[in-house]
Amino acid sequence: MKAAPALAEGFPDLSGLHVAREPHWFRWFSAALIVLVLAAIGRAFAGGQIEWSYVSRFLTAKVILEGIVNTMVMAVLAMALGIFLGVIVAIMRLSPNPVLKSVAAGYTWLFRGTPLILQLLLWFNLALVFPTIGIPGLWSARAVDVMTPFLAALLGLGINQGAYTSEVMRAGMLSVDIGQYEAAQAIGMGRLRALRRIILPQAMRVVIPPIGNEFIGLVKATSLASVIQYPEVLHNAENIYYANSRVIELLIVAGLWYLLVVSILTPLQMLLERRFARGTLRFAR
Amino acid sequence: MTKPLVAIRSVSKHFGEFQALGSVSLDVWPGEVMCLIGASGSGKTTLLRCVNQLTAIDSGGIWLDGELLGVREEGGRLYRLTERQIARQRLKTGMVFQRFNLFPHKTALENITEGPLQVQGRKSDEVRGEAIELLRRVGLAAKADSYPAQLSGGQQQRVAIARALAMKPMLMLFDEPTSALDPELVGEVLAVMKELAQSGMTMMVVTHELGFAREVADRVVYMDQGAIVESGTASDVLGAPREARTKAFLSAVI
Repeated sequence: MKAAPALAEGFPDLSGLHVAREPHWFRWFSAALIVLVLAAIGRAFAGGQIEWSYVSRFLTAKVILEGIVNTMVMAVLAMALGIFLGVIVAIMRLSPNPVLKSVAAGYTWLFRGTPLILQLLLWFNLALVFPTIGIPGLWSARAVDVMTPFLAALLGLGINQGAYTSEVMRAGMLSVDIGQYEAAQAIGMGRLRALRRIILPQAMRVVIPPIGNEFIGLVKATSLASVIQYPEVLHNAENIYYANSRVIELLIVAGLWYLLVVSILTPLQMLLERRFARGTLRFAR
Repeated sequence: MTKPLVAIRSVSKHFGEFQALGSVSLDVWPGEVMCLIGASGSGKTTLLRCVNQLTAIDSGGIWLDGELLGVREEGGRLYRLTERQIARQRLKTGMVFQRFNLFPHKTALENITEGPLQVQGRKSDEVRGEAIELLRRVGLAAKADSYPAQLSGGQQQRVAIARALAMKPMLMLFDEPTSALDPELVGEVLAVMKELAQSGMTMMVVTHELGFAREVADRVVYMDQGAIVESGTASDVLGAPREARTKAFLSAVI
């Protein structure tokens, strides 16, 4: 082959030139359109039959604040129960033992297969099936006393959540390379220790976004517990509007609180993701 | 009269219809470095995994340090050991995987200390000191706090070797330890293995690195279709193979 010739003519020097900014006419147009539509909706509400003074007055009313605290307490406890059950059921589901496997599959089938509101009503009305509950010879109590709205809501929401969370956890564990399990075995770990020390911490990274999603869903699903008299924020808002007939105003109050809570949860989820991303390239340095 | 550290007798293994191992028998003597060579699918990796019980054998028996692996014999019948008993038996072997399998959420040092701390329940400061010493031995003292993703393939594999050594095994198993590495990184891993061999460690090495086998192995075993075709010193098997299949394999790889 001959030596490379000098650079060919006819290709102008482009160094020093900048790429022009695109005007993006359509983006400007569509953004303006959206602002107009929002303004129109806002104007309609402002002129509609809404007494905004009631909204601002009840936004920080004691009953409403108690309601949102109850909502959060229930959401956190039910999620804790859901994650606890979810991890156990996912481990059972992935076990080689056919009995454990079937029990786990049956649980998921039953609690995903019926509406949440129906499960809440069943727990709350458990006294109709078992008037007294307890351990024979040791302790017993009337079911109506034990099954308070709080306990019924916690069991209904938590056990239902566990069925969904178990599938999220199972997906997370399956996403961890089988070689990780073998490496854990090779240093003498048993199945459960390998799950706890090696598999679950890696699965967490994958499951946090869907778990965050589930939790946000659960925060709002606690509103269903209003049907069994659990005093969460929607239930308390309803009680107020039964008295003063300011239905829309109080629904807006409840809605604003849900929006606020969910807005706070999103950055919290980011922090958790960062925590469990240890050792992955994205946050390694 | 010394006894073999590993005694493999008439071991068979099927994966569905596929016969991975057909009645393989083999001894590995204390201090011996054995290289298992052969084409992919020849059963060499399966044999290694059976010794570590990551794969359960169909029939036959494997004894490690005089102890029957995976089952116990009583009154002419075999009973499977519990998972806990098998985990205890695994402590006598260290395994190095083709794809390293380091724990990505733990630093190099934590990868090494995980087994001694969690499984053997040993004291933290003692284990830490040994782990740092092991990292120095594989030339990675400066990388103790690095996560696997921050290490090159060769460095990861050297940490993996240190992780296996931290359990103080009497037998080291290497499953194609350099096959997943870029060519320029193979040498550093082989150097660590060579040093280990010279220190007297008993090693079973599944490898395609015939240069390493020639230089380090006390014995080379050539496998094909789930059986041992030829076994002998490196110079015999690699230099003057007797079997036609060995000759064909060697001429294909070199």
